[in-house]
Amino acid sequence: MFSFSGGVHPPENKATAEKRIESAPIPHRVFIPFSQHTGIPSQPIIKVGDMVKVGTKIGEADGRISVPTHSTISGKVTEIREYPHPVLSRRSLTCVIESDGKDTWEEGIKWRNSTEFSSQTLIEIIAEAGIVGLGGAAFPTHIKLSPPKEKPIETLIINGCECEPYLTADARLMIEHPTEIIEGAMLIAKIINPKRIVIVIEDNKPLAIEKMREVVNQRSLPITVLAIKTKYPQGAEKQLIKAVLGVEVPSGGLPMDVKTLVQNVQTSYAIYEAVNFNKPLVEKVITVSGAVKEPKNLRVRIGTPIIDLVNYCGGYLAPPHKVILGGPMMGIAQYNDELPIIKGTSGILVLTNDKIREESPCIRCGRCVKVCPMNLMPCLINSFVRLKAFDKAKEYNVLDCIECGCCGYVCPANIRLVHSFKFAKNEIWAREKKSA
Amino acid sequence: MPKELVVSASPHIKSGVTTEKLMWSVVIALLPAFLGSIYFFGLKSLLLVGLSIASALLSEAFAQKIFGRKITITDGSAVITGILLAFNLPPGVPLWMPIIGSAFAIIIAKQFFGGLGYNFVNPALAGRAFLMISWPYFMTAKWLAPNNGYLAGFDAVTQATPLTLLKNTLVSMKDSTITPEQLALAKNTLTQLNSLPVIKNLFFGNVGGCLGETSALLLLVGAIFLLATKVIDYRIPVSYLGTVTILSLIIPTQTNVLFQLFSGGLFLGAFFMATDYVTSPVTKLGRWLFGIGCGLLTVIIRTWGGYPEGVSYSILFMNLLTPLIDRYTKPRVFGVVKK
Repeated sequence: MFSFSGGVHPPENKATAEKRIESAPIPHRVFIPFSQHTGIPSQPIIKVGDMVKVGTKIGEADGRISVPTHSTISGKVTEIREYPHPVLSRRSLTCVIESDGKDTWEEGIKWRNSTEFSSQTLIEIIAEAGIVGLGGAAFPTHIKLSPPKEKPIETLIINGCECEPYLTADARLMIEHPTEIIEGAMLIAKIINPKRIVIVIEDNKPLAIEKMREVVNQRSLPITVLAIKTKYPQGAEKQLIKAVLGVEVPSGGLPMDVKTLVQNVQTSYAIYEAVNFNKPLVEKVITVSGAVKEPKNLRVRIGTPIIDLVNYCGGYLAPPHKVILGGPMMGIAQYNDELPIIKGTSGILVLTNDKIREESPCIRCGRCVKVCPMNLMPCLINSFVRLKAFDKAKEYNVLDCIECGCCGYVCPANIRLVHSFKFAKNEIWAREKKSA
Repeated sequence: MPKELVVSASPHIKSGVTTEKLMWSVVIALLPAFLGSIYFFGLKSLLLVGLSIASALLSEAFAQKIFGRKITITDGSAVITGILLAFNLPPGVPLWMPIIGSAFAIIIAKQFFGGLGYNFVNPALAGRAFLMISWPYFMTAKWLAPNNGYLAGFDAVTQATPLTLLKNTLVSMKDSTITPEQLALAKNTLTQLNSLPVIKNLFFGNVGGCLGETSALLLLVGAIFLLATKVIDYRIPVSYLGTVTILSLIIPTQTNVLFQLFSGGLFLGAFFMATDYVTSPVTKLGRWLFGIGCGLLTVIIRTWGGYPEGVSYSILFMNLLTPLIDRYTKPRVFGVVKK
């Protein structure tokens, strides 16, 4: 079985694996940050009081590594100001829109014949639709699809691993919309012209594998649907490429350095919709799970407050202890459940009665070394960080850490290793910036 | 909105393995050998182990109090040190010895260096070494014959350990003044040591030796539990025992491989002391090297050294090399090409 070294097997807890995707009710109010992607935030092009429709552009891309932002409901812009952001640990310019209850879409958003579009046109459409990597990293997709000439892409990997516990949104999308995802993949292939296309799914999702294979076989497309070992973090880009192709993305490098491009299944789906329906990225499928009355897979408008979706799932089962955007291994704990879902959000996870254990001294058991998928020595790096020996931390490759959380998951001393490494990375980057 | 939400860095779930669980698992794994020691050496064994644990716990609490640290005597680590120290004592030692030994192990070897996780040598072995150089008579001449289950009093029959017997015999054979009769006797002793009944007694533990080291079988039961529950990594014991096996086959030790494997403290050392997390390497390759080093030193000390047994000094020596081994066995980081 294809895989990588290290990794862990946390309980899957995929309670929503069998639940059909439902559309969440249109929220009364959305909070849409202008920064939902890696890169420069978009620039607001609307003002307070403006009326917008679903799909109206409200922010213009600022430079190349940026994408536009769109309204996700119809109604009136009531505020444009700094609001807490669910991912960035600071306030960020946000557009607040009050719904008019009509859900009117922009006129141009309808089916169109896309067969004649050139690859340049396709890239422009993808950029204009505000599409970013929906696996979580939220890097502008049109940049990923325009690699430099000297780095041609030979392998396109469509990532359907969804290795985080609890989350089932990608799996459901593959089961319910395999055709759209595969058409999206073919559109990406049209742009980058790879030698092979591989759709990779963990072997704990047999139904998704079956559905995707069905479509590929029916149309006899040049696509391989590859089932790989279920192991966390199988869906991490570098580990995925290693598992599929047996090659390692060089330290500090990108997948294109090994002639590979990885796109998440939801991104592929969004590309399909943008190209064939002129539809900007205004909604996505997420999983709401954990301590809510009725966990669900939901198609949600970007900007919907967490609490609206929790309430739609019957509310909290018990007073929540943690509300997390994303999965339990890499998700971000929120201090407020009124923060919005953004493009990179893959789920809402509510945890209760999670005992906070104090850190105890490292006993050097070596479990973190064993599970690290990047082959780092987390316990040693952490001891350097404690001593503020950031040079040593860098020498032991802390910058290669992908923050997957395997080390923290297994640490018997409950040491916040990922926290320590995030801190070290920021310190190192800040120092390098200063000295540059 | 909920009153208080906890914000912390990911991951938000834990495997459930905790330091306490790991430590108490080791205590459980030492129980068969502990019961065995009572069977073989009588109730005095219970007393020695009990005093050793009590001293370890009190020393830990005392030192942590003095140093202003959090008192963590329930984490199980001091209990392990107490048991292991007692396991490394001859059954005939006076009752104050485990008390002094554990106190040294915990206060000097562990807490002086920062407590759990910071000691650079195995505390129990450091305690044993301290007792060995301070009271060599008690540590080397107080061997008792096992009592076959008779819950003995305190005046048992003395009997040399198989390894001591081997060493004395080999030394006497090299003596140029040895008479032909003595030589014949010595050769007879060697034959006996290599005989099946002796090997069998070594395996089951029916021989003279330190409290917890005599029964390879009972130690193995605990070790299998630790390996099966993944509390310890197989690499150190496998490479340690493997190295001793191979070297015993190559070097003329005058004994067979099984005698070398089952005698002395090898099983106790390989499974329970060389695998001490704090003082052994964290890398996979480092663990192989650590075990090989322990094996090499054990055979060298047994064969050419002044002591009949070399397990504890081998491990202590390799403990000192641990930071160096970790540094030179840093795994190749994903995506980094070795220069």
